[in-house]
Amino acid sequence: MSLTADSIPRLWRLARLDYDPARQRPVLLYPEGAVLLNDTGKAILELVDGCRSVADIAAILGERYGTDVSADVTEYLSRLETRELIQ
Amino acid sequence: MTSERPTTLLAELTHRCPLHCPYCSNPLDLLRADREISTDDWKRTISQARELGVLQLGLSGGEPLIRKDLEELAAHARRLGLYSTLVTSGLGLTRKRAEALKEAGLEHIQISVQDSDTTSAERIAGTSSVKQKRAAIAIVRELGFAFSINVVLHRGNLDRIGEIIDLAASLGADRLELANTQYYGWGLKNRATLMPTREQVTRAKGIAEEAMRRHKGRMQIIFVLPDYFEDRPKACYGGWGRFYIVVGPDGSALPCHGAYALPNLTLPNVRDHSIDWIWHESPAFQAFRGNAWMKEPCVSCPMQAATFAGCRCQALALTGDATNPDPVCTLSPHRHLIDEAVADNAAPLTYEYRDFVIEPQGA
Repeated sequence: MSLTADSIPRLWRLARLDYDPARQRPVLLYPEGAVLLNDTGKAILELVDGCRSVADIAAILGERYGTDVSADVTEYLSRLETRELIQ
Repeated sequence: MTSERPTTLLAELTHRCPLHCPYCSNPLDLLRADREISTDDWKRTISQARELGVLQLGLSGGEPLIRKDLEELAAHARRLGLYSTLVTSGLGLTRKRAEALKEAGLEHIQISVQDSDTTSAERIAGTSSVKQKRAAIAIVRELGFAFSINVVLHRGNLDRIGEIIDLAASLGADRLELANTQYYGWGLKNRATLMPTREQVTRAKGIAEEAMRRHKGRMQIIFVLPDYFEDRPKACYGGWGRFYIVVGPDGSALPCHGAYALPNLTLPNVRDHSIDWIWHESPAFQAFRGNAWMKEPCVSCPMQAATFAGCRCQALALTGDATNPDPVCTLSPHRHLIDEAVADNAAPLTYEYRDFVIEPQGA
């Protein structure tokens, strides 16, 4: 995995988070593509601001859900990083 | 009926275009301005597509900047939450229009580049265009649009793929689409002139893959191997009537931009029917959904769910029957047609340019 706890992820300049009223799902939109998100994905991406580290994001969500989500957050963001949606 | 929702509306606003590229994806039988549908027709179509689930809008052509209502359509799409891409030659993208499009909320502009070499680029486009394209690119960058460059690759420019990638990087592209020519319509007409050699394709693939790694994080590079050089067909448009709706200048709705050529396919029109009806009910969008229409070896093929038996337009154009397996597949009894075409790559680089010429029927 190319992202570590210290990495500071940011959303690709060309992508934006939105809500798809037809599917009633949050969605990540970018040129010629879209990723339908679940609520967890949305919660993670909403915290990606180019300032917080992966560890910061995991800590905030860990507190919110009352469990350690570090591995899930790193894995999720790494998957999007492979697709160049997270840099 | 289908449970899937479309994701993308490709709005071919016009067939009019200042360029004459010999691989143009428009049909051979180009429509003139008097056949184009109105602004209200387009706005209604975009709204209905959005309601059905479309997320992406391609404002394409021809040259969409020729339509004076482009800004109004872009603004309409943005209000509905769509992510819109303007697919343009760059010709006609003045500062004034670019600012108006920015104001309208357009997010992404894709400009075509024909080659890194000016003489070659203008020979491919069939007109002087490089200077105007550079000016348009500078404006797009300055106004902060998300910016892609699209380059159609073929024998005449494939050897310069490295220079083309360098040029795109120096022009500040966020994204570079290296699209190998698809041989439908105009591309098929010019196939022997456009067809690269296998050596060219292999070398280009290596250069593109290296560049993808080198530019990662700065410029996204998309390189798709030409299907003639593959063993299995590609799932054209992700499968018939699964994700895409193409609407032509006259309001004809198609599952892919090549479907104009399919016989016995009555294309529904957005002036007569809703996008919902077109997607769910129209015979054209149902025609090649699922697998009931397929022949062997596709019917029992384990790859069926990934390839959907390939491209109907290619099957028709090369084998004469749209229900045949895509001849790209090495399991197709017609694969020799592809191999013969791949070997036929020695024609001089004299293109038959796209233009408004009435083609004899059946030619």
